[in-house]
Amino acid sequence: MIEVRHITKSFAGQKVLDDVSTIFDQGKTNLIIGRSGSGKTVLLKCIVGLLEADGGEVLYGGQCFTAMSGNDRKKIRQKFGMLFQGAALFDSLSVEENVKFNLDMFTVMSDHEKRERVDFCLRRVNLENKNHLYPSELSGGMKKRAAIARAIVMNPRYLFCDEPNSGLDPETAIMIDRLIKEITEEFNMTTIINTHDINSVLAIGEKVIFIHNGKKWWEGTKEEILEDENPELNNFVFAARAIKKMKKFEDI
Amino acid sequence: MNLLQHIGRYTLLVMKVFDRPEKHRMYYKRLLRELGVLGINSIGIVAIISFFMGAVITIQTAYNTENPLYPAYLIGLAARDSILLEFSSTIVALILAGKVGSNIASEIGTMKVTEQIDALEIMGVNSAGYIILPKIVALIIFAPFLSILSMLIGIFGGWIAGVSVGVVTTADYVYGIQYAFIPYYITYSLIKSVIFAFIITSVSSYHGYYTSGGALEVGRSSTLAVVHSSVVILLFNLILTQLLLS
Ligand SMILES: Nc1ncnc2c1ncn2[C@@H]1O[C@H](COP(=O)(O)OP(=O)(O)OP(=O)(O)O)[C@@H](O)[C@H]1O
Ligand SMILES: [Mg+2]
Repeated sequence: MIEVRHITKSFAGQKVLDDVSTIFDQGKTNLIIGRSGSGKTVLLKCIVGLLEADGGEVLYGGQCFTAMSGNDRKKIRQKFGMLFQGAALFDSLSVEENVKFNLDMFTVMSDHEKRERVDFCLRRVNLENKNHLYPSELSGGMKKRAAIARAIVMNPRYLFCDEPNSGLDPETAIMIDRLIKEITEEFNMTTIINTHDINSVLAIGEKVIFIHNGKKWWEGTKEEILEDENPELNNFVFAARAIKKMKKFEDI
Repeated sequence: MNLLQHIGRYTLLVMKVFDRPEKHRMYYKRLLRELGVLGINSIGIVAIISFFMGAVITIQTAYNTENPLYPAYLIGLAARDSILLEFSSTIVALILAGKVGSNIASEIGTMKVTEQIDALEIMGVNSAGYIILPKIVALIIFAPFLSILSMLIGIFGGWIAGVSVGVVTTADYVYGIQYAFIPYYITYSLIKSVIFAFIITSVSSYHGYYTSGGALEVGRSSTLAVVHSSVVILLFNLILTQLLLS
């Protein structure tokens, strides 16, 4: 479980996050949604400590992460898996070496065990036999999938995904969503996903937080999101679904 | 940011670099790679420049000492001492600041702006140590070697040029480079090359590590890395000369 209390963050006097508090549940896929530029990435980076919040605190399983020393943070972070919005693969390493990196750095597995684990993760993201390609030789979506494989290789306790399926075709996007939900349940992880893909929300949004104007505007489940009357939320949700409705309308 | 803030942040970064490695084997692997990228890949440019500089120093010395009162061995002696004292350490360091410094700053800067450094931090890896330490160690190991190589090739270049232009005979040159030889000059040069290696790698890494923005800023960091390492090298050259030769 991750708890966020009163997080505030400004850049050059401009408030990006304004007193955001919430709880991300263990064993569930927690979604942060909001328009582009609403502060989802900034919130996620404050949660993992890549950005220092101006105020507020973040707790991992009751421990205050914000107040921890560098070494304690390092220990908790070894239980993190994170997918960056731009994939952030190490470009001097091949796909296989990227995925294997954590295993090399933090485990005493044999080479054979490592290879099996890497192949298993690559298979789960449909990247089998791409082991020896370098990031510069991958398409945008393939990079993202390789980065997902790297994020899940250690069975992290906490998984953070910044736009896991932007830039992917709808079929792969659904596959990635399912994969994240499956491993979240399988390993009882606390998973936080940033997205503005309403299909993901409706597929895996067990808990959804809507960020608007730097505030937590709304919080609920995917079932509640369609019923709610909140106008900003409706604008966000139905902007995308309007196209579908139009399509239906044309079909009639 | 003013100079003091830069120095403070640089010092903190260097302290972070020397934190205990998570796993020595991974750092060692990285070190091998850096020895290739920073060391072996610099042999060519050091060799070429040393050869030509040795040649030019010899010819210039010859034309400046045409007076028959000067002994003929003076040419070899002067070429040797300029190469040992200044050229093989300081000038080679300035050349390396250009080649290696920009390479380091742009590599680390790109890793920074594409969030690869953040990715390391999130994994619980000391990103500064893992990326920068192998670079510093690699160049410190390799710099004395490059320096000796530069001495040999420089003196060789002087001989080839001097003899083929006809300003000095082989016998005079060989006598000159042995005349009143002070072995400490080599030690002095090697000490300087090691310290310069540290300056080049750490200052350039500093500029790379604190890049923020995009491709434009990476280019800017790379330029700053070269300029600042060169200035710091010149400054330390002055200090070290005073300390080691007085
Ligand atoms: N390092 C930074 N310096 C200054 N401003 C920043 C920085 N990072 C983010 N911002 C600002 O914070 C706001 C929120 O950015 P953020 O990246 O969190 O948006 P987002 O919700 O993730 O958008 P998207 O869906 O497009 O990824 C933006 O207005 C952005 O300009
Ligand atoms: Mg974002």
